[in-house]
Amino acid sequence: MTAEETKALEAKEKQELSTPAEQTRPGPTFTPAVDIFENEKELTLLADMPGVKTKDLDIDLRENVLTLTGEVESPEGPGERPVLKEYRTGRYVRQFSLSDTIDQSKINAELRDGVLRLVLPKAEKAVPRKITVKAG
Amino acid sequence: MAIFRPVGWATRSWEGFDELDRMRRDMDRLLGFTGWPFREARAGVFPLTNVTEDDHNYYVRAELPGMAANEIDISVTGDSISISGERQIRTEKKEARYHRREREAGKFSRVISLPGQIDTGKVKASCVDGVLTVVLPKAEAAKPKQIAVKSA
Repeated sequence: MTAEETKALEAKEKQELSTPAEQTRPGPTFTPAVDIFENEKELTLLADMPGVKTKDLDIDLRENVLTLTGEVESPEGPGERPVLKEYRTGRYVRQFSLSDTIDQSKINAELRDGVLRLVLPKAEKAVPRKITVKAG
Repeated sequence: MAIFRPVGWATRSWEGFDELDRMRRDMDRLLGFTGWPFREARAGVFPLTNVTEDDHNYYVRAELPGMAANEIDISVTGDSISISGERQIRTEKKEARYHRREREAGKFSRVISLPGQIDTGKVKASCVDGVLTVVLPKAEAAKPKQIAVKSA
């Protein structure tokens, strides 16, 4: 086994959004952890949103601002009493501004096991093209 | 006299700082005490776990986004539960240029003590939408019992 395989997970705290003034709804709001990477054709975003169901996830892209909103219902049943509480549940919100022009008709979103995978293909004009210069 | 004065000043100002520090610590303790009644997120612990109970079961919940049920190992003893596994993040193609890399991968393991005995044979676990839920039925001896009071 290599060092990479045995690496222990570096735990991070759940990031709570610290600007309550922006919120119009009660309850805590968290910032999901994301990975964003791009290649020549597309921009891919992975976001950890545990507890969000497909119907409660909202992805909005307008004027190059991408907004992810995920509502989380409290998983606890009505008769349950807390014994140990280390994390809270609440809405996930995160906004990104995109510099590249995205082909909105080809956006693909998939939510599996609480991880959103959003593929944003770049519009045709944003894909770099190699231009060969002919000798005169 | 003049020689000792600076020393006196210094001592007095340090006392002042001590006093401030003590007040701050008292305030922290007070706020910590009157604020959130439970243990909040501690750095370095994964996964963060919530435990609840009703009359029949304990419920252990943890957020494990991206993990399928078969990737999580759960074992139980009479009054504790151990959760372990490895969170893997698939490496993307080489030409991928990263803008953000916040999601963590790696191995984890955690043992949580429960406040009472459980029936180890009837534990059920499920993982839905990245949230692990383990239902641990309480042992018969640990369940609350209604005692009827007879009138004389």
